Amino acid sequence: MALAQADVLAGLKEIVEEVAGIPGASVELDKNFTDDLEVDSLSMVEVVVAAEERFGVKIPDEAVTDLVTVGDAVNFIVNAAK
Amino acid sequence: MPSRRVVVTGLGATTPLGGDVITSWSALLAGRSGVRLLTEDWAQTIPVHFAARVAQEPSETMERVEMRRLDRSEQFALIASREAWKDAGSPEIDKERLGVVIASGIGGVTTMLDQYDILREKGARLVSPHTVPMLMPNGPAANVGLELQAKAGVHTPVSACASGAEAIGYAFEMIRNNRADIVVSGGVEAAIHAMPMSGFAAMKALSTRNDDPTRASRPYDLNRDGFVLGEGGGVLVLEEYEHALARGAKLYCEIAGQGLTSDGYHIAAPDPDGAGVQRALKFALRDAQLTTKDIVHLNAHATSTPAGDVAEANALRAALGADADHVAVSATKSMTGHLLGGAGAIESVFIVKTMQDRLAPPTINIENLDPAVTVDIVRDKPRALPAGDIAALNDSFGFGGHNVVLVFKSL
Repeated sequence: MALAQADVLAGLKEIVEEVAGIPGASVELDKNFTDDLEVDSLSMVEVVVAAEERFGVKIPDEAVTDLVTVGDAVNFIVNAAK
Repeated sequence: MPSRRVVVTGLGATTPLGGDVITSWSALLAGRSGVRLLTEDWAQTIPVHFAARVAQEPSETMERVEMRRLDRSEQFALIASREAWKDAGSPEIDKERLGVVIASGIGGVTTMLDQYDILREKGARLVSPHTVPMLMPNGPAANVGLELQAKAGVHTPVSACASGAEAIGYAFEMIRNNRADIVVSGGVEAAIHAMPMSGFAAMKALSTRNDDPTRASRPYDLNRDGFVLGEGGGVLVLEEYEHALARGAKLYCEIAGQGLTSDGYHIAAPDPDGAGVQRALKFALRDAQLTTKDIVHLNAHATSTPAGDVAEANALRAALGADADHVAVSATKSMTGHLLGGAGAIESVFIVKTMQDRLAPPTINIENLDPAVTVDIVRDKPRALPAGDIAALNDSFGFGGHNVVLVFKSL
């Protein structure tokens, strides 16, 4: 099932707010999870698992290290859902 | 090196009687019970339907995001530590001279059990990555240590229901031995869950007075039938005396000594002779360079179990001799329930308040005093303590035969 980039971003905003308490408004495509949003390695695991559940995709552990920015995650999820 | 003295400069607590020290202390003096029927569905499926939950849920003072990565015991530790640190005047200190010793009897047991439920129902992928930092028994101490950036050492003694008192004793030694100038110390517990409660019930350790929960915790009463599980925690800021004086800190009292022994008798039952308790009390007084004549108050372990209360009272009478006649004994678990690893800590907070106000808190729910109890119990309402120099004791015992006695002395 194809997913729209805007929908994935909206979903990630909710997940990051739930997991890390970062207001959705600051979760933008160019934001770095670690440096800008202070999502630490443990919370990143939570974000990934929540995203898998929500979007029905698999995000393998080896892919997670490449998800540096919110945009990386959105692109990965959109591609994985194609 | 001259002997380093240790004083109490800050207090914090979250208990079944209140979300802070002053609320808990006022309720204690008023003789209120913090025990209530549990509202969870599981409560009706186990033999004991009540417990002493904290009076103020952590969510009332903590952010949701912070809470979700902390076990409930860690939440209690942070809440009580923040209050104690503020009460101590948020001291400026070289972090390499700041320590934390916070105990727990059984650690993050609700996290362990909840995550096990998730593992069975949803699989390993959905087990929280925060599980291990939340369930480890040193988690409460570690989180407080992180928040305060303590670098002199962060420790967690574990000795069941003696853990909280042992933590304060460990902190006392850290300062006395010149490892630290300030140590945040105490104990917490958050074990109100069907599984640990069923385990205690299977040992016949818990009261089953389901029709009258607020009167179930009744230390020294002839018809006591077990303890009531409580939750929460207490924290004391301990500080080297000269260090506290130099910064103009508020000084509550001194911790003057401690005595530690073990029974070598049984994994759960108290030694009926109470020899280990007597030795701990003797060592503690010797350590404090005091005698039984100096003691005016004792906050007893007295959990409301048939065997434990009398064994303790006999040991106290034997150790204190005729001087037991001028020791006002309070069993505050009659109101708070038994906080396991948090017990010795909240009871130490209460002793400090007792010395400050010169009022020993009451023991409630004694309808018929067990005639085997031959120490002087403060019943029903607070009792005034003498002015001038006084000293008081906390005794705490744990499954495994651990005995801890702490000595508090007025300044």
